[in-house]
Amino acid sequence: MPLYFGMFISLAAYQLGIQLKKRWKLAILNPLLAAIIVVIAFLKLTGIPYAKYNEGACYLSYFLTPATVCLAIPLYKQLALLKKNFAAVMAAITAGVAASALSVFAMALVFKLPNAYYVSFLPKSITTAIGMEVSKEAGGVVTVTIVCIILTGIFGNMTAELVFRLLKVKEPIAKGLALGTAAHAIGTSKALELGEIEGAMSSLSIAVAGLMTVAVAPLMAGLI
Amino acid sequence: MKHVKGIIWIFGITMTGELLNHIIPLPVPAGVYGLFILLGLLISGILKLSDVAPAGELLLDLMPLMFIPAAVGLIEKTTELRAVLVPFAVITIATTLFVMAVTAKTAELVLHHKNREEP
Repeated sequence: MPLYFGMFISLAAYQLGIQLKKRWKLAILNPLLAAIIVVIAFLKLTGIPYAKYNEGACYLSYFLTPATVCLAIPLYKQLALLKKNFAAVMAAITAGVAASALSVFAMALVFKLPNAYYVSFLPKSITTAIGMEVSKEAGGVVTVTIVCIILTGIFGNMTAELVFRLLKVKEPIAKGLALGTAAHAIGTSKALELGEIEGAMSSLSIAVAGLMTVAVAPLMAGLI
Repeated sequence: MKHVKGIIWIFGITMTGELLNHIIPLPVPAGVYGLFILLGLLISGILKLSDVAPAGELLLDLMPLMFIPAAVGLIEKTTELRAVLVPFAVITIATTLFVMAVTAKTAELVLHHKNREEP
């Protein structure tokens, strides 16, 4: 298998997703989700194992850390706006982190989940690197946490525009905070598409919500 | 050559973030340390925005693509998931929508409250 196969098929599938979205103009037709489905379908149809695909595709993932560092750029550009609205920003992220912990707790009660699964879901809205550690620390199943974090990100990225329209959310600051707090970096890639203010606020939310969850999760973990 | 200087800074900061992640016993990833380092360098004026913006914005533009390999990797995890499939799907969908709604509405509530106070 050529090393560049994984990289090429990922990029081509994403481009296909962009074309499909342009053609049908549907918010639900998300290029990222389309790319993931196309790549999975292609691997299943051809019988190419994931390990072979990932030999080349993994280099794409390596750029995630420097890309996260670069989230400082939109944040820096909107620093004046952040200072002016500091109270709203902190209140919103705090409310979001609390809403995440409490809703996971409520759902765990409804489904009578054992502790190991419950704590695996607690860090579902924060960035993978922090979430994995939180889950491990609390005795969760790390695989379940990773899958849930990624699906949360994709789902948030896909539905955000619809949610904002239904709830009549107009403020770019509010949209950015909601995307970053609910759907971490994958949500932030949508926020960056919506605009610079959205992108900046979402970038900030990844860091703040992530750090807050580190503090909150151990307290919540003991409740079930 | 407009990207060279930026890439050097960004990779250097990323490396520093990795070192901090290694040294400090906290579950804070390298990227988050790096984000605050880059922000600090920009605020202090040590680094000019024009030095890192071209390379940085290229990376940000490509960011959604970087999630594809990990997400495709979910096909390897289907056995672990089958045991908790229904609660898994319901929890993911319901809590994500709930968090998004609560965060957005709280932000708007405080923003509008503040705007009324200082017309």
